[in-house]
Amino acid sequence: MVSALEDDAFADNAFPAAVADRVEHGARFVGLFATSAPGGTRILAVLARGHAIEQEALLLPAGRTRYPGLAQRVPAAEWYERAILDLHGLEPTGRSRPDPLVFPLRSGAGWPRPTAGGPPRPTDPDPPSPPPSLQGEGVFTIPYGPVRSGVFEAVEYLVETPGEDIPHLRTRVFYKHRGIEKRFEDMSIDDGVLLAERYEGVASVAHAMAFCGAVERVAGVEIPPAAGAVRVVHAELERIANHLDSTVRHVEGAGQAVAFARFSLHKERVMRLRGQLSGSRFGRGVIVPGGVSGAPGLGGAELLQAVDRLEKAIRADCRLLLATPSFVDRLRGTGVVSPELAARYTLVGPVGRASGQHEDVRVSRPYAAYGHLGQPLAEPRSDGDALTRLHVRFDEMWGSFHLLRQAADDLDRTEADRTEADRTGRGTGSPWRNAVGPVSGEALGWAEAPQGEVAYLVELHEGSLVHARVRSASFHNLAAFALAFPHDILTDFAFIEASFGLSIAGASG
Amino acid sequence: MPWITRGLSEGIVTTRYPRRPDGYGPDFHGTLLVDPGRGVDRATERAIGECPTGALSVVDGQVEVDRGRCVLCGRCATLQPEVFRFDPSFDHSTIGRSALHVRGGAEDEETLAWIRSGLARRTKALRRSVHIRHVDAGSDGSEEWEIAALTNPVYDVGRLGIFFTASPHHADILLATGVGTVGMATPLRTTYEAMPHPKVVIAAGVDAASGGMVGPGYASRGGIGDVVPVDVYVPGSPPSPFGLLHGILLAVGLVGTAGNRGTTGRPGGRADRPRPQGTHPQGPASAVEPGDRTEAGEA
Repeated sequence: MVSALEDDAFADNAFPAAVADRVEHGARFVGLFATSAPGGTRILAVLARGHAIEQEALLLPAGRTRYPGLAQRVPAAEWYERAILDLHGLEPTGRSRPDPLVFPLRSGAGWPRPTAGGPPRPTDPDPPSPPPSLQGEGVFTIPYGPVRSGVFEAVEYLVETPGEDIPHLRTRVFYKHRGIEKRFEDMSIDDGVLLAERYEGVASVAHAMAFCGAVERVAGVEIPPAAGAVRVVHAELERIANHLDSTVRHVEGAGQAVAFARFSLHKERVMRLRGQLSGSRFGRGVIVPGGVSGAPGLGGAELLQAVDRLEKAIRADCRLLLATPSFVDRLRGTGVVSPELAARYTLVGPVGRASGQHEDVRVSRPYAAYGHLGQPLAEPRSDGDALTRLHVRFDEMWGSFHLLRQAADDLDRTEADRTEADRTGRGTGSPWRNAVGPVSGEALGWAEAPQGEVAYLVELHEGSLVHARVRSASFHNLAAFALAFPHDILTDFAFIEASFGLSIAGASG
Repeated sequence: MPWITRGLSEGIVTTRYPRRPDGYGPDFHGTLLVDPGRGVDRATERAIGECPTGALSVVDGQVEVDRGRCVLCGRCATLQPEVFRFDPSFDHSTIGRSALHVRGGAEDEETLAWIRSGLARRTKALRRSVHIRHVDAGSDGSEEWEIAALTNPVYDVGRLGIFFTASPHHADILLATGVGTVGMATPLRTTYEAMPHPKVVIAAGVDAASGGMVGPGYASRGGIGDVVPVDVYVPGSPPSPFGLLHGILLAVGLVGTAGNRGTTGRPGGRADRPRPQGTHPQGPASAVEPGDRTEAGEA
């Protein structure tokens, strides 16, 4: 459904009403994107309902910079509106002008608006030091970041506190905004994958799959079955590595020295296994449009062996960790995200699944080989505290191992088929990759990253990128991070942050 | 109590590097090697033209790879495997940006020696206890993982007297990652200025050296080089923990540079490859494989 904005932006509420109507009738808000379109700018709301994707578009005539905002009726859209204001200079009406989020600039030229031709000129950000939102005796602001103690990504949390509680928190991610969406423009598809891998480096595989999924949908290309199995292998190892990383941060915060050593050793082993499979510890270069770049560095049987060894060791340590009271006590009841909050912000990934938002696009909209692999149903959870999120992560790891074993079996069969085909000389083309021609069109691609659903809106013209819009799970979930401190104090901060397990690179773009 | 036995259950898993060679195995994409012996044919030209970051060029009739730009995507090795190939070695950190340009001709050894001796003078006092302040200036997040890995039991940099510190006032090394976003320019500069002399800056990864795939743009400066003066560059996208460790040890003068080894490679089977001194011949560190135990106490 496309509504064109004829005259008065202030009066036209058809667009937000249409989106809100869909949300009220069971659709899940996925994201809001601004792109150039013939005759102006298009604002596109993407929603998901079960297996289906739904869209609502609004066309802004050239020169118009205001549009009716969604955030009042769809709170999950708020961060998207802030990002669109920062990057495209389009302001939502119906509410006060939102705070800058990803790139606060001095007003004026140089913004990478979707309708602007050519690269924008360099500009300086203008990070305002905002006045405190809270008034009260003894309330002060702790600016935590962007350079923080420890090896962290750059982000600033403005913690407003009377001393212990955290009544108000603001997340400022603009410090490391890299302008990646603008960079996608005019790139070749093959270069686009490499850039997508670096949008959120700890979820390289998921981003590459979502990007390639969109490209393959435009081209109408299916990937070979063996490539689907390889994609699953890399995606699930990425998930395990991320969940182990989150666990490491938990135990580090709790001062559990041996558990820290154990879990960081497990993570290193997973990273080395990924390195053996692809040559890259982050699985980079594996996913290509139309399939994968080639055979994995390990055969199915070797992979199976490595996976079994890993699972045995990790399971034992997870069991022991959950039976360690001095650790579990720090997480129980900490950083509660209520199911209502999770629903309002349509939280995704382990954060959502710990608070009753169970959607997983591997199941609801299967891609790669997920459609024919058996996926274990995880126990539904909704307590929403840091401990529940850790339980969800552990459950997901066991699910990942289950998928890995099936995918390894698939690879074993592929090897056998290949040998047979080579022997009889009836090999037919590459089992890893189907060609993607110089196609034109627009499509949405998705993948379930360790942080949650990643979506790419990609438009191609004769095989090169017109634009790509990225919606990472980190961006989507970080919007609710500041609301996860209802009864918590400063010392809980590290656990709540670790339990969200988000990447700032993915949130800032 | 159960954690004590759990902690002891696998013996020592820590690498012996740099005392003993170690690495990630023969198929690891540690760096890109160029075979200088071959002329620039059409396939090579095509490979150079297809490089997504412009890391390849022809200088004086020889192919040159700029490791400060190479993101190790392997496209050139697919298009022209006779000239370009991956090598598992990781010890390619360099002093100075220009030394990341690798080709047939000899590097400007004189300049390099001069820079190196200057750096050695500065870092002489740091060798036995080095404190590192990490700053993210717009990374993709993977560099932070690899830096954090240095404290895991496999790399355990504490054994080498290397520590991470929260305060820049206590730091000797500024370990910076990322493309140099405009938003992080001031925090990065402030951190650098808060550090006492002598101080060393390491640019970790191609993003920090050149911007990598992101490059310069409205929000990125294409590397951190014009915000802080960089002494040591660690190539890789992201650099591996061994690569980072090599860069840190190079910064404090505890190891040498790998030199021009990238140019002496011969094409052929894996067994034919020259074995860089920092790379384990038999593949990944066996100590990291579960169940294997290293000779405890030998160190």
